[in-house]
Amino acid sequence: MENKIELYTVSVYTENNIGLLNRISAIFQRRHVNIESISSSVSEIEGVSRWTILISVTEKQIKKIIGQIEKQVEVIKAYYHLDEDTIYQESCLFKVASDLLFEEREIQNIIKESNANIVTVNKDFFVLEKSGRKKEIETLYEELKPYGIMQFVRSGRIAVTKQPMEISKSLEAIQ
Amino acid sequence: MEVAVENKTKTLTGAEALIQCLLAEQVDTIFGYPGGAIMPIYDALYSYREQINHILVRHEQGATHSAQGYARVSGKVGVVFATSGPGATNLITGIADAQIDSTPMVCITGQVASQLLGTDAFQETDVMGVSMPVTKWNVQITSAEEIPAAVAKAFYIARSGRPGPVVIDITKDAQFGRLDYSYERCHQIRSYVASPAVEKASIWKAADLINKAKKPMVLFGQGVILADAQQEFKDFVEKSGIPSAWTIMGLSALKDDHPLNVGMLGMHGNYGPNKMTNECDVLIAVGMRFDDRVTGDLSRYAKQAKVIHLELDPAEINKNVNADVAVLGDCKYTLPLITNAINQGNYSSWLEQFNELYQEEYKAVIKEELNPATDKPISMGEVIKLISDKTKGESVIVTDVGQHQMVAQRYYQFSKWRSNITSGGLGTMGFALPAAIGAKFGAPDRQVIAVIGDGGFQMTIQELGTIYQSGVDVKILILNNEFLGMVRQWQEMFFDRRYSFTEMINPDFQTIAKGYHIPSQKVKERTDLNAALDTFLNSEGSFLLEVMVGKENNVFPMVPSGASVSEIRLR
Repeated sequence: MENKIELYTVSVYTENNIGLLNRISAIFQRRHVNIESISSSVSEIEGVSRWTILISVTEKQIKKIIGQIEKQVEVIKAYYHLDEDTIYQESCLFKVASDLLFEEREIQNIIKESNANIVTVNKDFFVLEKSGRKKEIETLYEELKPYGIMQFVRSGRIAVTKQPMEISKSLEAIQ
Repeated sequence: MEVAVENKTKTLTGAEALIQCLLAEQVDTIFGYPGGAIMPIYDALYSYREQINHILVRHEQGATHSAQGYARVSGKVGVVFATSGPGATNLITGIADAQIDSTPMVCITGQVASQLLGTDAFQETDVMGVSMPVTKWNVQITSAEEIPAAVAKAFYIARSGRPGPVVIDITKDAQFGRLDYSYERCHQIRSYVASPAVEKASIWKAADLINKAKKPMVLFGQGVILADAQQEFKDFVEKSGIPSAWTIMGLSALKDDHPLNVGMLGMHGNYGPNKMTNECDVLIAVGMRFDDRVTGDLSRYAKQAKVIHLELDPAEINKNVNADVAVLGDCKYTLPLITNAINQGNYSSWLEQFNELYQEEYKAVIKEELNPATDKPISMGEVIKLISDKTKGESVIVTDVGQHQMVAQRYYQFSKWRSNITSGGLGTMGFALPAAIGAKFGAPDRQVIAVIGDGGFQMTIQELGTIYQSGVDVKILILNNEFLGMVRQWQEMFFDRRYSFTEMINPDFQTIAKGYHIPSQKVKERTDLNAALDTFLNSEGSFLLEVMVGKENNVFPMVPSGASVSEIRLR
């Protein structure tokens, strides 16, 4: 089991300091592990950043990687989870020519059925936003592709865990 | 000194504040090299020449190794100054060495003015980016007010927990800028656990395994030295009665002539401890990290044994060898807890097996190495043995990297704590000469002997200038085989004797020493060796002794790369 490669969501709580992105990403680079997506934002704790990193490795590897991440002075805590232990989403934006919206009825159906939102419409283009799992976004992409996508961008995964994170408690213990 | 260590608020420049911070951290020695971007700091230092001894090195790499030597003998933090750009990049080898060998070091680099950052300014390098992978922590400072807190944090991080190197990169405008100075030492960082809490259960589990063991073995590393746990370790070994073997970084943590010290682990270690690693039933690793040079092939390493790992750094647990019991925490505290919980042990017949294997090794390797036939060239081993006897094992031995390093560690009989200074993890040729300089400043009352090969000597040979200018007393022993000996040995054994670029045509080292006003002698014949060593060891001040040794001697035993420790070869 330890040697099976699986997709892990790594959640890292850190101080918000310059250079930490380098330190964290270097841990993966040094071990020749490709980062599938990475996103950083504020967290539920004031002044603490939260990173969500997606990597495909074995359990043996992920344990060592977590150890190396936690070893960094400005990392407060790191966790790893499988998909079934998290609620996760990605977000994407499509820029599509406006005339299609009026001329191709099918596009309107696609938008409706995919639960995507129209962010803006002007005479040249409209922007469609869709949040969901990677698969849903990919499906929407495939459906819109034949009509011509002017621009497409997708965010990295963000995830929360089903189980509570003990992070706030451990921070309180320090302060 | 009147205001030096007090927390008085006053208006200082960033550069002056930095010096005040260093005094507050009890820094008395700095190894450095000035340059444009660090000139305000050097200017401030000029007023403190009485309190701080600044050693002007000849290359910034030398400053880092000197700081390492200083830190390893003294247990204090080594401090380095260098300028921006090339000054800072020249530090990188030494920083990487300190990182892998867990040496506390604070490097302060000047940086171009903050408005020039990112403009490819003269002598601008992304020091944060370049040093990031090889530092425990690094920080860039762009305003004077940030200096005291950053320095406090830097020293705390460098010396606490598993020690390591820290870089503080200070822009020139931050050095010139002014601040209301006050200094508070750092004792805690919320995101950083210096020393993990000891779990009592792990102590009981470890003690239980030890008490039930029939053939236990202890492996000890530098963690014992870094924790200042010499006595605690000795107490543990003596009560448990367990044969104990060292990694090269752990050497000198337990006297070499201690009856339970069974010798060296790893590639060129002793026959017994390597063989017995795959025979023992319980392996107790104390402050060591199962480096590949120690373990050989991991898939055939101590598979039969239950492993107890006493370790400060949680990332080391299960990194290379899985631990059945992980005893996290500082071994200065965990060792006495285990010692109290175990029974008095005696494993005389098991210990006897180590002794038998030692006898085998003695016959096959050691006897010949220490007493070569009269028609054979001088061996490195006989030189080291003579020095060991003449100094009663009490000197600080600073080694470079290669054959002479392995021989010195195998045959010098260390009788004092913190006496083996070497580049273990990184294997940095050129380490020894500057490290010996630093070691002498860190332990001025001790005799410091640098043992260096002819190859490594020429990598940092310019530090002879530092020796001359500072007047430091370092005994320099060059074991000259006119080869990059360790690489040549591998070429002989594994590459069909194709000696690809390993033969050295060397300069006249005595002439070079003369240029630096360092007395010297060269020995080619065995009959001259003994007297020359007396002159060398008893000289007043520095002395360079070059000994011509067998050109194609090999270091044995040897665990070939990729082999199991049980496959250790005696020839």
